Amino acid sequence: MKKSNWLLLVLALVLSMFLAACSTGGDSEGSEGSDSEGGEGTAEEGGESTEQVLNLINGDEIPSMDPSMATDTYAFEFLGATMEGLYRLGEGGKPVPGIAKDHTVSDDALTWTFNLRDDAVWSNGDPVTANDFVYAWQRAVDPATGSEYGPYMMGGVIKNATAVNKGEVPVDQLGVTAKDDHTLVVELEKPVPYFESLTTFGTFLPLNQAFVEEQGDAFATDMDKLVYNGPFKFTEWNPGDGDWTLEKNPDYWDAETVKLEKMNFKVVKDTATGINAYETGEVDRAGLSADFVDQYSTHEDYKIQEETTVFWLKFNQVWKDGPSNGALANENIRRAISMAFDKQALAETILNNGSIPATGVVPLNFAPHPETGEDFRKINGDLVTSDVEAAKEAWQKGLEELGVDSLTVEFLGDDSDTAKNMNAYLKNQLETNLEGLTVELKEVPFEQRLDLDTNMTYEIEFAGWGPDYLDPNTWLNLWETGGGNNMMGYSNPEYDALLKKANNELALKPVERFETFLEMEKILLEEDAAVAPVYQRARALLVKPYVKGILKNPFGPDYEYKWAYKGEE
Amino acid sequence: MVRYLLQRFTYMLITLFIIATFSFFLMKLLPGSPLSAENKLSEEQQEIVLEKYGLNDPVPVQYLNYLGGLVQGDLGISFQFDSQPVTDILMKRIGPSAELGAYSLIVGTLLGILLGLVSAIFHNTWIDYLSVFIAVIGKSIPAFVFAGMLQYFIGVKWGVLPVAFWEGFEYTIMPTIALMIFPLATAARFTRTEMLEVLGSDYITTARAKGVNEVGVVFKHGLRNALIPLVTVVGPLAVSLMTGTLVIEQIFAIPGLGEQFVKAVMVLDYPIIMGTTLLFAFLFVVIILVIDLLYGLIDPRIRVTGGEK
Repeated sequence: MKKSNWLLLVLALVLSMFLAACSTGGDSEGSEGSDSEGGEGTAEEGGESTEQVLNLINGDEIPSMDPSMATDTYAFEFLGATMEGLYRLGEGGKPVPGIAKDHTVSDDALTWTFNLRDDAVWSNGDPVTANDFVYAWQRAVDPATGSEYGPYMMGGVIKNATAVNKGEVPVDQLGVTAKDDHTLVVELEKPVPYFESLTTFGTFLPLNQAFVEEQGDAFATDMDKLVYNGPFKFTEWNPGDGDWTLEKNPDYWDAETVKLEKMNFKVVKDTATGINAYETGEVDRAGLSADFVDQYSTHEDYKIQEETTVFWLKFNQVWKDGPSNGALANENIRRAISMAFDKQALAETILNNGSIPATGVVPLNFAPHPETGEDFRKINGDLVTSDVEAAKEAWQKGLEELGVDSLTVEFLGDDSDTAKNMNAYLKNQLETNLEGLTVELKEVPFEQRLDLDTNMTYEIEFAGWGPDYLDPNTWLNLWETGGGNNMMGYSNPEYDALLKKANNELALKPVERFETFLEMEKILLEEDAAVAPVYQRARALLVKPYVKGILKNPFGPDYEYKWAYKGEE
Repeated sequence: MVRYLLQRFTYMLITLFIIATFSFFLMKLLPGSPLSAENKLSEEQQEIVLEKYGLNDPVPVQYLNYLGGLVQGDLGISFQFDSQPVTDILMKRIGPSAELGAYSLIVGTLLGILLGLVSAIFHNTWIDYLSVFIAVIGKSIPAFVFAGMLQYFIGVKWGVLPVAFWEGFEYTIMPTIALMIFPLATAARFTRTEMLEVLGSDYITTARAKGVNEVGVVFKHGLRNALIPLVTVVGPLAVSLMTGTLVIEQIFAIPGLGEQFVKAVMVLDYPIIMGTTLLFAFLFVVIILVIDLLYGLIDPRIRVTGGEK
C-alpha cells in the first residue's frame, strides 16, 4: 500500500512536469534574448539612439479614420498625424501653413481665399487640390453622410452649411469653391475671427474624391483603404488588433522636416499596466493616475501636462418635468455652493495629477489678448474662489429668501473611481460648510449623464467642456439663452446681447471683442453665479528623456507628432 | 441519436431567438443616445444622424429589421467603429479571448485534477493539506490582484516574461497563469471530494480484493467515476472564462471580446452589444450540448437516447 502510493506520487509528478512543460513550452528562448532593456533604459549606446522610433501607448482603439465621421480625441490625433488640412497647429497652438501657403480675407471678412501649395501630393501620387477640400466639406454636411461634427463645426460658420445639412438646399450650395486647382474660396455665414484655427481641425481635412468614391462604404475601415497627405502613414492598422504602426510618409510635401521614422502604438487601458510597460522600457510614455502620483512625483521622468478642459458645477434653474424645489433658481444659494468647497484641496489631494483649481470658465493659457498677449484668465483674475465665510453668509440669505431652514439637493456626477472620490468630497464639503444642506449623490455612466443633461432632469451636475477652436467664444457661447449646451435654464438678456455683439459687429475688432468676452465671463460668474468652476484638468505622465518635440495641442488632436524626434539622453 | 441532435438543435435556435428578442428590448431601455456628440447637436441635427442609422423607425420595425439581418448572418454596423461590420470586429476579437480561455481551462483543469488526485490519495497528510491550501488560495485571491502581482514580479522585477500585450507564445503564459487559478482550484476541490467518496465505495474495495494493482484502481476505477460531476462544472467554467477574461484582458492589454463588450455598453453601441450577447449565448448553448454528449461517453449509466440495452 505505502509503496504503491509512492509510485502514484511519482506518476503524478511526471504528469505534472509534462503539464508544466506544456504551459510554459519553449520558455528559455526568445524572452531573455529579445527583451530589449532591463528596465534601465541603458541600451541607449550603440546604434539605438540614432534609430528614430518611438513606442507609445494609446488609451483605446481608433474608432474612425474618416475625417467626416470622426468625433473623438483619438480619431483626431491620428488624422492629424496622417493627414493635413489648410493649416496645422504648431508650437504654442499657433496655426502654421499646411496645404495652404497663405490666405487673404475680404474687407467684410466673409470671403477667405486660401492659396494652396502646388507640391502637395496624396500617398497614391494624386496632387492635393482645392477640389479635395470642396468635396470633403460638402461630404461632412451632406445629410446622407450622417456626420455629427460636420454640422456642428461648420453650421453657422460656412455659408449654407446648416441649410445643406437639413436638406433645404443642394450640397453644391455650400460656401466653398475651387477657383482653380490651387485656390480655395470659402464664404462664411458671418465673420468668424477664429476661422484660421478651425481649418486645422479634423473635420476640415481634404479628401481625395476619386479614392473615397472608389472605396465606398469601406473607406477608412483599415489601412489599405486610406490615402494620406500628412507627415506619417499607417504601415500597420487593423482596427480591433490593439496596436498600430505609423511610419514617415515620404510623399509628404514637408517630409524633410519630419525626423521620426516610426511610431508604434499599443492600446493599454489599465494605468498600472502602462507604468509596468514603461518600467521595462517597452514604451516611452505612460500616464499616471492619482494613486501613482505620490510614488512617481520625484521620478526624474515625471511630467505634468496642462490641458484646456475645465470642469464646473451646473446649476439647473428650471427642472423641466419634475418637482424642483426651485432652490437653484436662487442666486444666493448658487453663490453659496460655488464658494463652499475647498478647490485647492480637491485639485491637490483628490485629483493629485497637476490639475489646478478653476476660478473662471475660460482656462489658463488658452486665449491671449490680441494686442498685449496677456492671458484671458490672468486679466479677469479669480472670479470664483473658495470662501467658506462668504458662502455661509450667502447661504443664510438664500434660505431666508426661500423661507426654509434646510434644503435637499440632488448632485449628478459620473461613476468612475476618480469621479466618485470627488463627488464624495464635494458632498462632504458642502454639507459641512452649509448648515441644513443635504446633498444626494446620483452617480451614473457618462452617456446617461448626457441624457439627463439634455432632458434637464437634474439639479446640480458635474460637467466639463473642452474647446473646439482657439477663441473664448467656444466657452462663452455655451450659456446663450436656449442654446444647445445651456441646458440649465440660464438666461440673461444682457449676456445674450453681448454674445451677439461679439460675434457680429465686433467680429473685426479683436480687442473690443476680447474685452466683451471678459465682461461676459464676469456677468456669468460674478453677477449671476450661474456655474461653479471646479478645476482645470492636467495629466501626470512619465516620459523618457529622449522623447522630444511632441506638442500638446490646446484643442483638436491631443498630440502633434510632426516635429517629434528621438534625441540623446 | 440523429433525432436527438435535431431536437436539441431546434431548442438551441428557439433559445437564441428568445435571447435575441429579450436583449434587443432591454437594450432599447438603456438611457442615453448612441451619438457621440449629442450634447453638441441640435435636436434637428441629431434626427438627421439617427435617420441614417435607422434609429428613427418605431422600435418594432427596428426589431424586425434586426431579425431580418440576423437570419442572413448580418449583425449590422458598429456605431463606435465607423463603418466596421460587427461580424468583423467580433471575429477579430474572439481569437485572443478563445485562446486565452482555452489555455486556462485545459491547463487549469488538468493541474486541478492532478492536485485533487494527489490530495485524495494522500488523504490527511501534509501533501493533502498543502494541496487544499493551494486550492483555497486560488479560490480566494481575486484574479486582478494575482495578475497584478504576476505582472510586477515576473514582468518588471525579474524580467522573465513580457509585461503585457499579445504578440506570441511567451505573451500568453502570464495571463494564462492568472486566469487558470480559478478553474484549477475548482477542479482540485471537486476531484478531491469525489475521489475520496469513490475510493471508499464498494466496487473499489472489490477491485482491490480482486487484486487489481493500485494504479489500476485509482485511474481506471476511481478517476473515471470521480470525473463525472466535474464535467458539470467545466461547462459553466468554460463560459465564465470566456466572459471572465475581462479583467485579465485589460491588465495584460489583450485585444479580446470581454473589454470590447463593456466599452460597447458604455457608449451604447447597440449592434456590438447585440452581437456579443448572441455570440456568448451561442457558445453557452453549444457548450451545454457538448457536455450532455460527454456525459454519455463518460458515464455508461446515462444515455441520451432511450433505453435500449
